[in-house]
Amino acid sequence: MAAFETPPLGEYPVTPPLRQGAMAHSKPFVAKADHQKPLGFPGELVPDWEKVAVARLGELVSQSRGLQVFLDSCVKCGACTDKCHYYLGTGDPKNMPVARQDLLRSVYRRYYTFAGKHFPKLVGARDMTREVLDDWYAYFHQCSQCRRCSVFCPYGIDTAEVSMAARDVMDSVGLGQKYSNEIIGKVHKIGNNLGLPGPALRDTLDGLEEDVKEATGVDVRFPLDEKGAEVLLITPSADFFAEPHIDGLIGYAKVFHAAGISWTLSTHASEAANFSLFIGNHDNLQKVAGRIREAALELGVKRIVVGECGHAWRVAYSFWNTLIGPFDFLDPRYPAPQHICEVTWDLIQRGALTLDKSGNAGKVVTFHDSCNVSRASRMGGAPGGQFTIPREIIRACVERFVDMAPETVGEATFCCGGGGGLLTDDLVELRVKGALPRMQALQQVVEEHGVNYLAAICAICKSQFTKVLPYYKHPMDMIGSVHGLVSNAIVLGSSK
Amino acid sequence: MSALTVAYALLFYAATAILVLGVLARCWRYARTPQPLKIPIPPAPTTRGGVALRMLLEVTLFRQLFRSSKWTWLFGWMFHVALLLVLLRHLRYFTEPVWFWVDLVQPFGLYAAFAMLAGLAGLWARRLLVDRVRYISSPSDHLMLALLAAIAASGLAMKYLAHTDVVALKAFFLGLMAFDWQPLPADPALLVHLALVATLMIVFPVSKLLHAPGVFFSPSLNQVDDARERRHAAGWSAKIVHVSRARGG
Repeated sequence: MAAFETPPLGEYPVTPPLRQGAMAHSKPFVAKADHQKPLGFPGELVPDWEKVAVARLGELVSQSRGLQVFLDSCVKCGACTDKCHYYLGTGDPKNMPVARQDLLRSVYRRYYTFAGKHFPKLVGARDMTREVLDDWYAYFHQCSQCRRCSVFCPYGIDTAEVSMAARDVMDSVGLGQKYSNEIIGKVHKIGNNLGLPGPALRDTLDGLEEDVKEATGVDVRFPLDEKGAEVLLITPSADFFAEPHIDGLIGYAKVFHAAGISWTLSTHASEAANFSLFIGNHDNLQKVAGRIREAALELGVKRIVVGECGHAWRVAYSFWNTLIGPFDFLDPRYPAPQHICEVTWDLIQRGALTLDKSGNAGKVVTFHDSCNVSRASRMGGAPGGQFTIPREIIRACVERFVDMAPETVGEATFCCGGGGGLLTDDLVELRVKGALPRMQALQQVVEEHGVNYLAAICAICKSQFTKVLPYYKHPMDMIGSVHGLVSNAIVLGSSK
Repeated sequence: MSALTVAYALLFYAATAILVLGVLARCWRYARTPQPLKIPIPPAPTTRGGVALRMLLEVTLFRQLFRSSKWTWLFGWMFHVALLLVLLRHLRYFTEPVWFWVDLVQPFGLYAAFAMLAGLAGLWARRLLVDRVRYISSPSDHLMLALLAAIAASGLAMKYLAHTDVVALKAFFLGLMAFDWQPLPADPALLVHLALVATLMIVFPVSKLLHAPGVFFSPSLNQVDDARERRHAAGWSAKIVHVSRARGG
């Protein structure tokens, strides 16, 4: 891996000039046959792959109105060109959303539109060649599918849909990305991204019970596969092991404990993440999600609650009802999956939790809106709940909360730089550079308000920031879970 | 009947047919293609009425564009509103008697032609001067601006430089509509103007001008944010079946 320089943080954000080919070398490791086969993809580049790719693209377009409209409607107005964090961090023009779309649009035009078939040069249509495929592999793995550009597009053109389609086409000809595909394979085989089997999971949870007992003197349970529990908690498997994720898991357990809600995890569905979203493959998307329906029915739970994970919440909020619904087997009072923040905020409002801010003394907290939560889901009953609810929870737990600049939070939030299947060490240069806009906004509140804690509700964001914060001269433990803050503040009753 | 009249009459019948049928065919395809998953983008309304309002604001005020790029919004909005006024003004060549509100629009329509040119010039300047926008531009993007600018310029030329016989022109178009052909005045500016307009009509269904119908079909804009409340299913997602199990079974 080539050495690279961390982009400098200026006094204010700047849109960089074009640096053609600046990131052409950035490509993730290619999936081996062992990673491809379990997902139903060819193990290596198939013969006649050009034809197969074009045919698959046609199939995808015919199956998705969105994709069709997005490919036809772009007028190249340029509104999106300065909105992508990867463009802002690298200056590579192919990281401008419209240029990224055009990598695929040019092929769509060549084979599926009148103008592209007859006047390819005029409309920028291109044959499907090895060079094009290489461009796809490089630059469709420089999109975190965060949808920031689509919020600024006058037609709502969603680059995430285009990048998912491109990855699906690449998988279908045998050119997959190792990181995502290997992980999806683990979920199919074992039930979670980490490949953590049931006994190891039980062991980890036992350890957590002991830790919490030691720290608080209270017997907070971390149940696994308990039939008849009220709540099935579906959380990213990073919550079982990684820092600072694990503090979030402890926070959820304490919330359930304090509210007297019985809950359980499931070995069969021990993963909220669904990386099939990133590779745009709906067979795998459905199969991974299916485990959750199976576990919920098997355990006979009344509610499903999802832990802190951005894209998982997108899949749960936006797609589960379609993929694994209807949820007619759940308690009619909680007929749909809920986010852990919805549960906690509801309990706080009802006075069911006692929170002591001194548990977070000295922390000046800001909140990173995760892209999938912000732009592909909602919380609570009203629009914008995905922004207000986590902030209300934080405010209830800490003495001082400060928001980052308005154009970098809420709907316009910047991706952490590691979403969409890019959270892998073979893309670390991209991840560091893509974090630039967020780091810029963070730097400002650090300098002006003394912010020393960055809270998030996404496993990928947490891992990404742990990795990139030191590149920007911040301590890696500055990033934490929202429910880590809850965990510190919550006052539990005396031990049994 | 001159060959010129016949040629232009046939040209306009063909152009109209291509425009109408082409756009209808495209809309039909959009309408028929399923959107299997819910993908609205914020600020996503939670009701149908909310979506209607969002779409209205989007197509009349270009709200999202306003958020993203003030210059593009200014020039783009100016061009589109001016184009609308100009088109409405042109209804006087196709109606007899002229509808009263077309008469009301008439004086604005004149200024609008200049605003239209100014908007196009601004958009073109961005395309040439901003490095990012220049990078994403294809020859067709420049040609489209050239075509629209030439239409506006040739129209203005007839108003201010070389007057054309608008009475005869109106007779020509009313004749076309009634399939009772009348001679077309052979003024060069008019012939250029009409040929360019016909070209625009013909390329409409196979070009980026499809953004006009496309915006209404864009799922990220037209979907209601109610995925948890209503089970959405279309296309492949409508074929999902679960082995249903009774509660507690």
